[in-house]
This record gives sequence, C-alpha cells and structure tokens, in this order.
Amino acid sequence: MSESSPTTGQGFSLRRGIEKVIDFTEPAVVGLIHLCGWSAIIFVMAIFFFVFKESLPAITGLEEGAVHGEVEQLDLVEFTTSPKWIPESAKKPTFGILALMVGTLSVTILSMVIAVPLGLGAAVYVSEFAKGKPREILKVLIELLAAIPSVVWGFIGLVVLNPMLVDMTGEPVGLNILNAGIVLALMSVPIIVSVSEDALRAVPDSFREAGIALGANRWEMVYKVLFPAAKNGLLAAVLLGIGRGIGETMAVLMCTGHSVMMPTSIFDPVRTLTATIAAELGEAVRGDMHYHTLFLIGVVLFVFAFIINLTADLIVKGIKVQGNE
Amino acid sequence: MSTDSKNMNTTTENGLPTILPDLSAHQTEGDVDRLRLIENGQVIPAVIHEDINDEDIILEINKLNLWYGNAQALYDITFEVPRGKVTSLIGPSGCGKSTMLRCVNRINDLIDSVRIEGDMIIDGDSIFAPGVDVIELRKRMGMVFQKPNPFPMSIYENVVYPLRIDGVRDRAELDEVCERSLRGAALWDEVKDRLRESGLSLSGGQQQRLCIARAIASDPEMLLLDEPCSALDPVATAKIEELIQNLSGDYSILIVTHNMQQASRLSDYTAFMYLGNLIEFGPTYKIFSKPETKETEDYVTGRFG
Repeated sequence: MSESSPTTGQGFSLRRGIEKVIDFTEPAVVGLIHLCGWSAIIFVMAIFFFVFKESLPAITGLEEGAVHGEVEQLDLVEFTTSPKWIPESAKKPTFGILALMVGTLSVTILSMVIAVPLGLGAAVYVSEFAKGKPREILKVLIELLAAIPSVVWGFIGLVVLNPMLVDMTGEPVGLNILNAGIVLALMSVPIIVSVSEDALRAVPDSFREAGIALGANRWEMVYKVLFPAAKNGLLAAVLLGIGRGIGETMAVLMCTGHSVMMPTSIFDPVRTLTATIAAELGEAVRGDMHYHTLFLIGVVLFVFAFIINLTADLIVKGIKVQGNE
Repeated sequence: MSTDSKNMNTTTENGLPTILPDLSAHQTEGDVDRLRLIENGQVIPAVIHEDINDEDIILEINKLNLWYGNAQALYDITFEVPRGKVTSLIGPSGCGKSTMLRCVNRINDLIDSVRIEGDMIIDGDSIFAPGVDVIELRKRMGMVFQKPNPFPMSIYENVVYPLRIDGVRDRAELDEVCERSLRGAALWDEVKDRLRESGLSLSGGQQQRLCIARAIASDPEMLLLDEPCSALDPVATAKIEELIQNLSGDYSILIVTHNMQQASRLSDYTAFMYLGNLIEFGPTYKIFSKPETKETEDYVTGRFG
C-alpha cells in the first residue's frame, strides 16, 4: 500500500501535465480554425476593396501626376450606352462597354440554351436510368470533362469547331457567338450535371415509390415528382452554369473572334468583358484612364455576379414561400 | 445433408433471425415443429382455413416465389384475398410480408436483383404474365407507405396527382375528385380552407391521410397499406385505423402490420408469415383466438417474434 501511493501520485501529476498541454492545444486549434474561416472572408473583401479602389479614379477623375490622355474623367452614360470601345485612340479614346456586355450576355445565353437541356438530361439519365458499370463510367467521364483546362477548350474551338462552322455555315470565319456558345456550353455541362445529379439523388426514394405506385411511368415520375422536389438544387445547377459562362475568360477570348461589335446574329464575332480585361490589362499604362476603366469593367462583372446570386436567392425564397402557403 | 447446410447459410446471409427460443417445450405430441423445418430450408404447406371459400375473391396468390439475387425471400406463397374486406399480413421482421405486398403492384420491379416465379391474379387478370401493362396495373391499386410521403406540392396537387398523370385538365372534375378523396380520407374538414398550401405543412397523421386520399383518388380496386401507422403517434394511429375500417367495403384492403393488436382490431382475415413462408391464413378471430398451428398461437400470444 505504502509503495503504491507515490506511484499513483506520480501518475497523477503526469496526467495533469498532459491535461495542461491539451488545455493549450485546444484553444490553439480553435483559433486556427477561426482564422481559416475569417481569412476566406478577408481575402474576398480585400479583392473587392482592391478592384473598387483601382476603378474609382475612372469615375472621380485621374490623380495628379498620372499619365493623362485626352479623357480626364469617364462619362458614365457613354461608358454604359456606347458600343464603341476605342481605349487607345490617339485622337479621341472612347470607353463604351455596351458591345462588350452584349457580347458576354449573348455568348452566355446561347451557351445556357444548349447546356441546360443537355446537362439536365444527362443528370436525369445518370441518376435515374443508367445502372451499374455504364453509370460509373459516365460519372467518371463527366468529372474528367470538368477537369479540362479552359485553354484546351479554347484550342478546340479555334482548331476544330472553327473550320467546321466555316464549312457548315458558309461564314468566312468560324469564330463567333455560336462557336463560343458551344464551347462554353460544353464547359458548363459537367457542373450542371454533377450539381443537378446530386439534387436528384437527394430526393428520397419514397417519392419515387409513391409516384411509381400511383401509375406514373418513369418519365412522368421524373418530370412531375423529381423535378419539383429537386427544383432548388436544379436551379442552383443552372445558376452555377451561368456564373461559369459569365466568368469564363480564356476559352471565350479564343473562340469569340474578339472583335468589338454589336452582333446582329449568332454568326457575328463579339468580344466579352472578361476577355477584354485579360487581353488589355497587361498593355494598359498603369494609372491612366484605360487602366482604371478595365478595373471598372471588373466592377461591372461583380455587379453581374451579384445580380445572379440575388436572383437565385429570391427565386429559391419565392419557391419556399409558395410551398408554405 | 449438403443441401440443408447450404440453405442454412442462405438464411443466415439473409440477416434473418437465426436464434429462436426453444419451442420444443410448447410442442404437443404428434405436432411438427414448422419453424425448425422452415429454418432448415424446407417448404411446408400453409394451413388455410375453410372460411375463405365462402368469400368473393379479388386477389389470388398462386405459388409465389421471390429471390433477391440468390437469397430467396418468399416460398410458394398461396392464398386468396377477399373482396371488400381488410386482410392483414403479420409476422416477425424479415418474414417477407412487405415484400409480398410490394409484389401486388409490382413495385419490386424497381429493384434489379428481384426475380419472381408464380403468379397473382387480380379480378381474373394475371399480374406477372409477360406483356402485362404494369402502369395500368398499378393504377388499379393505391399504395400507402410506412412513412408519409406526400409530394412537395400543394395539398390539392398531391390528391389529383393520379389524374394529372392521366392528363386530366378539366377543373371541375379535378375539384370534385379532390373533395371526394379528401372526404374519403377524413381530411376534408381539416384542410378545405388551405388546399393551396404545401402537403408537407401538415402534421404526420394528416400527411398519412393525405397519402391515403391520393391513393384512393383514381378509385382503385385494392388498397395496399405497408405499415401505415408505424411512424405515427397513438392519436393519429387511431384516426387512420378508423379510416381504414370506413374504407373497407368500398375497397379491398391488404395491410402489413407489426402491431398484432392492430391486425386483430382492423382486419377480417389474417395471414401469418415466417421466414418467407405462409404459416396460417384464416379469419382474424380464429387466428387470434383458436389458431390451428402451434406456431401461430405462439406468435399471436407473444411467445416469440
């Protein structure tokens, strides 16, 4: 008895030591996790701040000592309504992004017209109809499709799709809205498929059984039970696709033809907001109007992204309110 | 001997209960121990009470065998379901009663590994014959599941769903069916002012009655109820049971239940199943008061199961 008590005492103090270490590591880990969480927010805010700060002189007027061109202060009406983007003109530089916005929107809309039915159809097939091996292979292939770098897509548009479109449409050049729309659609499809497949698989089997038991065939079950049940997820999939379309740079830079004009048909070349920034930022003189205006285009892209997210939120909330009433 | 041990293995892989209380103590002399025989993989003929011969039959089940992959789940099930009455399927978990029910509207077809032999005849029409229009077949019966599963749409749209898939657009007809079905499911008074609200906004018991309303909307011949009260509280259960009794007569009801009191309260006929075999089938009062087999008696008095 007398021998065992000091041993117990020692064991006790050792345990106390370990507890002290644990006491110290616990808050450290918690702190680290907090830091990780906050850093994401801080980085996003920092990007916001930087882009806004760099775009501000375009609106308020250039700073003293900056490289002055002809334009001292940007005319916001001209900026948003003029289709003329001639930033480097020696005589009269014009900063109108209407054509660029129309370019971005037309390419995005066309790509969604192609990608949404294709993506939803593929998602329905993978989640409801395909079985066993083919299903697994398809899923792997779709994930692989998502991993292709955008410059490779741009290359395909340039080298493969371009001559095909020339042959088929008889246009002199195949780099246009249609080309970029197709390439962008193929790029968005994997995102739309994987997100909407998740949404469909998340619908409980009890809904499928109920639908089937009521005498629905599989398509009716998909269309009238699964789609309504998964609508939030499907909407999220489509909006992610649109986000990808608006934000994509390299592929559209290579496939649109990159010429500033108001398109009248899908066979016209256009230029997008993102491609303009990518192509010109390296050339622009730091601090002059061209440079700041490119950042203002970045702000416009922010606004686009914000509007899409807000719309998504409102639609999802709208669906919820309608569902509860 | 080798076949026996093989069957034993199959039973164990199935996840079916392998440990049972020793029933030999209850065995009267000259009686066979059916449970033991079944566990050893033998198929024994069920005891069918004569009373069914006086009934009008809606569904004949004829030597039905079913396999999930290599594991057999139903063995030579043969009995008849009377028209306009409530028939309950009882038995311990894994005895195949739900599987049996899900054969009637062929919803087991959704599972790839299922293989079926034998047949069922509903009102003279074969259910498993090749070339049967499964969609039309399923429209002849309504099914209610264990957990209430209203669709994420309005109460109204839930009820008229079977008509919607038939392409009915006539507002007056839809309204009429909606009201009739909800009245039939004893839900009309509770929801008539909020038909546009989501079916998911209802309480569990109301949701289950909504599912019953949906199941009777297309005026089916049979109702298949798969433990419809197992996810509900006692008050909601009492309402559903009352509803089932009101519906019998108009509909032939086949109900799977874990709750033996429920079976004895509700049903006119009862089938007792064990490990994929039908043990005994007869009028409920006989099954519960003077069953012909020792095994049924042991089960309904709670000695095992």
